[in-house]
Amino acid sequence: MEAPIASCIPKGGFNFDLVSRNEYIQQAGTKVPKTKKTGTTIVGIVCKDAVVLGADTRATSGSLVCDKNCEKIHYIAPNIYCCGAGTSADTENTTGLVSSQLELHRLNTARQSRVATALTLLRQYLFKYQGHVSAALILGGVDITGPSLYTVYPHGSTDGLPFVTMGSGSLAAMSIFEAEYKPNLSIEEGIKLVHKAISAGIFNDLGSGSNVDITVITKDKVDVLRNYEKPNGRPYTRQYNFPRGTTTVMETKTTPVRQRVDVIESGVEAMEI
Amino acid sequence: MDSSYGLDLNKPLYDGRYSWFDHSKFGGTVYEPKPNDPSTRTTDPIVTGTSVLAVKYKGGVAIAADTLLSYGSLARFRDIRRIHKLNEHTIIGSSGEYSDFQYITRMLDDVVTDNHIADNNLQPMDPKSIFSYLSRVMYQRRNKQDPLYNNIVVAGYRNGESFLGSVDLLGTHYQDDHIATGFGDHIARPLLRNAYKPDLTKEEAVKLLEKCLTVLFYRDARAYYRVQICTIGEDGVNIAEPQVLQTDWSVGNVTYGYDGRRTALPQA
Amino acid sequence: MQTVEPVLACAPLPNVKEQGRFSPYTNNGGTVIAVAGKDFCVIAGDTRMSEGYSITSRNVSKVIQLTSKCVLASSGMQADIATLHKLLLIRLEQYKHQNGREMSTTSIAQLLGNTLYGKRFFPYYTFNVLGGVDDKGVGCAYSYDAVGSFERTPYSSSGTGQQLVQPLLDNQVAKKHQPNVLKVDVSAKEVEEFVRDAMTSAGERDIYTGDHVEVKTVTANGVVHQRFDLKFD
Repeated sequence: MEAPIASCIPKGGFNFDLVSRNEYIQQAGTKVPKTKKTGTTIVGIVCKDAVVLGADTRATSGSLVCDKNCEKIHYIAPNIYCCGAGTSADTENTTGLVSSQLELHRLNTARQSRVATALTLLRQYLFKYQGHVSAALILGGVDITGPSLYTVYPHGSTDGLPFVTMGSGSLAAMSIFEAEYKPNLSIEEGIKLVHKAISAGIFNDLGSGSNVDITVITKDKVDVLRNYEKPNGRPYTRQYNFPRGTTTVMETKTTPVRQRVDVIESGVEAMEI
Repeated sequence: MDSSYGLDLNKPLYDGRYSWFDHSKFGGTVYEPKPNDPSTRTTDPIVTGTSVLAVKYKGGVAIAADTLLSYGSLARFRDIRRIHKLNEHTIIGSSGEYSDFQYITRMLDDVVTDNHIADNNLQPMDPKSIFSYLSRVMYQRRNKQDPLYNNIVVAGYRNGESFLGSVDLLGTHYQDDHIATGFGDHIARPLLRNAYKPDLTKEEAVKLLEKCLTVLFYRDARAYYRVQICTIGEDGVNIAEPQVLQTDWSVGNVTYGYDGRRTALPQA
Repeated sequence: MQTVEPVLACAPLPNVKEQGRFSPYTNNGGTVIAVAGKDFCVIAGDTRMSEGYSITSRNVSKVIQLTSKCVLASSGMQADIATLHKLLLIRLEQYKHQNGREMSTTSIAQLLGNTLYGKRFFPYYTFNVLGGVDDKGVGCAYSYDAVGSFERTPYSSSGTGQQLVQPLLDNQVAKKHQPNVLKVDVSAKEVEEFVRDAMTSAGERDIYTGDHVEVKTVTANGVVHQRFDLKFD
C-alpha cells in the first residue's frame, strides 16, 4: 500500500489546487502578478534545402523591458529548433518538455527526430490546455522528408507554410516577407531576408527590440547565430563616482570565525586518493 | 408632361429614411423620431474604408487608398472614392466611417470656398490651415463625446513646400514624411520607413505606394485590389482613376499541409 | 400566385456592440524632465508618439517654449497636449499685449494650474513639468498632476518613464542616500549631461520612450536648444 506521505509529492504536470482560491481572491480585487512576456517578433522561412529561423531579444512586463537580450529560439532536437512568443514561462517549458520527450524517443528508436513528431507533441499538448498555455510557436527543422516549417497557435492549431511570422511584430515582419519572399532562396539570401524581417519588428513594434538572433538549419548542420546583429547599443553613457563610504552603515556586528569552526593548523598534506 | 417622375411632390424627398423601402411590408417597424428623444451619436462605425497611405517625394506628396467600403465583414461598395480634392493645393483621404467623411468633405468644401472668396488676394486656402481647422473640428467633436469616426490624411503642396499630416477621431494629429492609417500603420509603415528618402522621385513614390497597397491587399481582410494612387505637387493635383493591382498568389502552391502528414500536397 | 421575395435591403448591422463605449482618452507615451539649478533650468522630453504597440511618429515635440524664461514639457495624450499648449500660448500673448511684458514664470505656473483645474471634471490627460527662471533670476521647476495640483520643486519628471527616472533624480540631484556628499551648485552643463543620461536610461527600459530627445536650457539670457538621439527600437 502506498504510504500516505507519498501522496503529497507531486508526480509532475500542473497543480490546480489553488485555482478556485485564486479565482475568489481575484474577484475580491487582488491583482494577478504580471507575467514576463516576450512581446516579440519571431519569423521563419524555408530556403533551398534549409530552414532559417529568426527572433528579436526583448522581453517585457507591461511597458517595462525586463530582459534586453533573451533567447527566443529554443532547441528542440539536433535538427529541429523552435521560436517562441507569448508568456516566457509557457514557451520555455513547452519547448523544453517536447525536447526531452523527443530525446527519450530518439534513445528508444535510434533514429533522427522528425519535425512532424515535434509538431504533433506540441499541438496535442497545447490543445489539451485550451489556450491557457500561452505559447505561440514557429517550429522549423530538416529531417528525412526535407526542410519544413510550421506555426503552432496557443489553442493548438497548426499551419505549414513557406514563410511565417508570429508575435506582436508579426505584421511588420510579414510585410517584409509579402514584399520580398521568393521560393528557393539561397541560405545567404534567406539570412538577409530574415534579418530584414526581424529588424522591421524591432524598429516598428514596441513589443520587440534589441538584437537579432538567427538559426540556420540544413541537412548536415545547424548554425546558431546568436546576436547576429546588435543594432541597439546604449547611445550614451556617463560615469558616476560614489566616494568610499557613500553607503550608510546602519549597524556593525563582527563574529570571529574561530567561535564557529575549529581550525586545525597543520602542514600541507597530500590529498587522499 | 408629368414632371414629377412618379414622386409625390407634396412630401419631402428625404424624410430621415429611405422612402422607397417600406420596412412595414417586411415585418420591420419604422421608428418615428419624437421631439424629446435623446440625441444619437456614432458609437460604432458602420460603413468603413480601410487604410490610407501617403508619402512625400521630391516636389510633392503621393496619397493612396483602395476603392472598397465594408459593412462589417461584407464588401459592400466596391467603387468608392476615398480621396477628395479640396483645392489646387490640398487633397484629403479618409479611413473609417464613410458617412462621417462625406460630412467632413462637405464641411471643408464650404470652408475652403468661403475662405477663398474672403481672401483679399483671392488666394486659395493653405493646406496647413485646412489641417489645423480639421484638427480642431475633430478634437471638438471628441470633446462632445460625438466623434467623427475617421483618420483623415491631409496632403498638400504650396510654394514649393510639401505638406503631409494626419488627424484621428480623438484629435491626435501629427505631420510626418510618410503616413499610413488603420491596418496600414502595422503593414505599410515598416515598408515606408525602409524605403523613404527625401529625394524620392514621384515615380518611385507611386511605385512604393503600389507595393504597399498590394501587401495590404494580401494581409488586410478589409482591403481591395482596386486602388487610387493620387499625387499633388509641382505639376498640380492628379486625382487618378482607379487601377487594378497586379497580384501574385503562387507561393500558395508550395504549401505542404498543416499537420506534417503531407496528405494534402497540391500539385506544384 | 406566388410573390417574389424582395432582396433584403436592410441587412442586420454588423458587430454592433453595446452603445456609448467611445473613450475620449488615449496615452501617446513619453517622458519629460525638468531640473532647476541656481540660475538656470534644464527641461527635456523625448519625441516618440505611440499608440498601443506602434510608433505613430518618431518626431513629435513635447517641449514648448512659452516665454524667453519659461519652458513647458508635457506627456500624455497628444491631442490634449497640443490644445493645452495652444491655449497657453494664446493666453500669454494676450497678457503681453495687455501688460507690455512677458508673464513671469511663477505666474505661468499658477496659470497652468488654473487651466488644468478648470477642466477638473473632463481633465486634460496631460502630465506637465514646467521650468525656467523666476523674477529674481533663480532657476525653478514645477510639477503637476492632470487636474492642476502643483508644487515648486528643485526637479521633477513625468510620463511613462517617470518610475525609472525619478529615483535617479532623487539620488543625483537631491543627493538622497548619499549622506556624506555635500550638495554643491552644479553647472548647467553637468545637469544637461545628467538629464541626457537619465533620458537614455528611460529609453533603455521604457518601451514608450525613444527616438530623439529635445533639451532646452533656460537662463536669464534666454533659451538654448539641444537635441540628441535615443534608440529607435
